Amino acid sequence: MIAIERLHKQFGKNKVLKNLSLSFEQKGTISAILGPNGSGKTTLIKSILGMVLPSQGNIHLFGKNIRGQWQYRDHISYLPQIARFPENLKTAELIAMIKDLRQRPAREEELIRLFDLQAHLQKPLAYLSGGTRQKVNLVLAFMYDNPIYILDEPTAGLDPLAIIRLKELLQEEKQKDKIILLTTHIMSLVDEIADEVVFLLDGHIHFRGSLSDLKSTYSGQAVEQAIANLLRQEQHNRQTSTRLP
Amino acid sequence: MNKILKYSLYDLIRSRWMFFYFGFFLLFTLGLFWLSPDLSKVAISMMNIILILVPLIATMFGLMYFYNSREFTELLLAQPIPRRHIFLGQYLGVAGSLSFSFLLGMGLPFLFHGLFTSAELPLFLTLLVSGVLLSFIFSGISFYIALKNDNRIRGFSLAILVWLMLAVAYDGFFLLLLSYFKDYPLEKPALALSIFNPIDLSRILILLKLDIAALMGFTGAVFKKFMGSQIGMLIAFIALLFWMLLPVLGIRRASSKKDF
Ligand SMILES: Nc1ncnc2c1ncn2[C@@H]1O[C@H](COP(=O)(O)OP(=O)(O)OP(=O)(O)O)[C@@H](O)[C@H]1O
Ligand SMILES: [Mg+2]
Repeated sequence: MIAIERLHKQFGKNKVLKNLSLSFEQKGTISAILGPNGSGKTTLIKSILGMVLPSQGNIHLFGKNIRGQWQYRDHISYLPQIARFPENLKTAELIAMIKDLRQRPAREEELIRLFDLQAHLQKPLAYLSGGTRQKVNLVLAFMYDNPIYILDEPTAGLDPLAIIRLKELLQEEKQKDKIILLTTHIMSLVDEIADEVVFLLDGHIHFRGSLSDLKSTYSGQAVEQAIANLLRQEQHNRQTSTRLP
Repeated sequence: MNKILKYSLYDLIRSRWMFFYFGFFLLFTLGLFWLSPDLSKVAISMMNIILILVPLIATMFGLMYFYNSREFTELLLAQPIPRRHIFLGQYLGVAGSLSFSFLLGMGLPFLFHGLFTSAELPLFLTLLVSGVLLSFIFSGISFYIALKNDNRIRGFSLAILVWLMLAVAYDGFFLLLLSYFKDYPLEKPALALSIFNPIDLSRILILLKLDIAALMGFTGAVFKKFMGSQIGMLIAFIALLFWMLLPVLGIRRASSKKDF
């Protein structure tokens, strides 16, 4: 469903993604896109959404090249990393506006109850706390029934109860055969819910495989340990290679 | 695009600035009529305000709106909407509400003074049309500049520079050129040069209608000499329409290439 071919992206001289080829076909799978800060996770995601334009390479969704297209975005639920909203709008107005733009049945009421947002509906978005904004962000992302979910750090700023609710939501969507991509820096979350891992490093895909592959390749009991070993190994390689003449 | 336009207008109408803008033109125009019974004097004062202030305010407002609606824009970019609709919708919202405030602010006093039934109607319509054209042109230019410059300070500086060049420095430059090359036939180059300045074009448009030779200025006189008032006005008007189109094409191009 998502096929990325030889994707390059650079901002000025900063080469962020270098010749990335990657596809996500398996329905009912949660793929965790991992990597250090600045490794290009958000850039990759925004490229799929057409917000960042590839320097080279192609992205196909549902078998069609997305270049210059916009209709396909109606089939993707996207959660941006930073919840930025028009500040003078109220929460309820924002939700109504998105519904007006997309003109599709939505299940926002259920989600508002799930994240306990009723008391915030009539407040301007500028007055909401960071975590509450993230909940609004989640409502917007999950209110449509789409085959693809792309979530950029969905847990950022959430309290424990909201995180539990979010995990339940993700499991539910997974059961409904959705393709789910998410980025996170919380390794225990990956352990709990992800089926596979894509690890970005220096603009390349450093590792891709199931959780058990990851753990056996980098001899870790948990994802956290495996990733730590991966990074340690990488650092070691880099330092020994620079020492050579 | 209609929905983007709708939300932009909704947003803008709620903002106080549009009321100030409307109020300013209303009071200014009423004041002019009150101070002077001489219609052509009133028209000239209005012309000066339109030529200097409308471009400046359209520029500032375009930049402010663009930079302040970044969040809204980012939200829209993830929706199933073509990019050009997002930016053109917002641009039309800004240009439309500026024009609306201007038209209402200047037009209401005209109405009170019975100008819409008087012989001076064409002159005052020319003033109104020039103001609307300049609102569209300069908010378009400022949108284009803002799209090209993420850094607000840079965006504002560039836009003010463009305004200064076209509204103020251009005249000085022109005079300098005229006095320097006074021995040469400068009429045709001057004609060509004024095409590149929408403010000068508007001035020519209004002055040809007003038909006061003393105020025509060099380019206005040249326009009149070469083409007569009617054709001269037509050409100035068509050139202004091209000026309106230019930023729209620029906005389309710049928005289709930008990363968010
Ligand atoms: N619009 C942009 N213009 C210029 N550079 C950009 C832009 N967007 C991202 N970058 C650069 O691209 C690199 C990758 O950024 P990106 O946001 O994709 O990282 P990330 O993996 O999502 O990091 P994080 O874990 O912190 O979210 C960074 O060096 C960043 O500075
Ligand atoms: Mg990121």
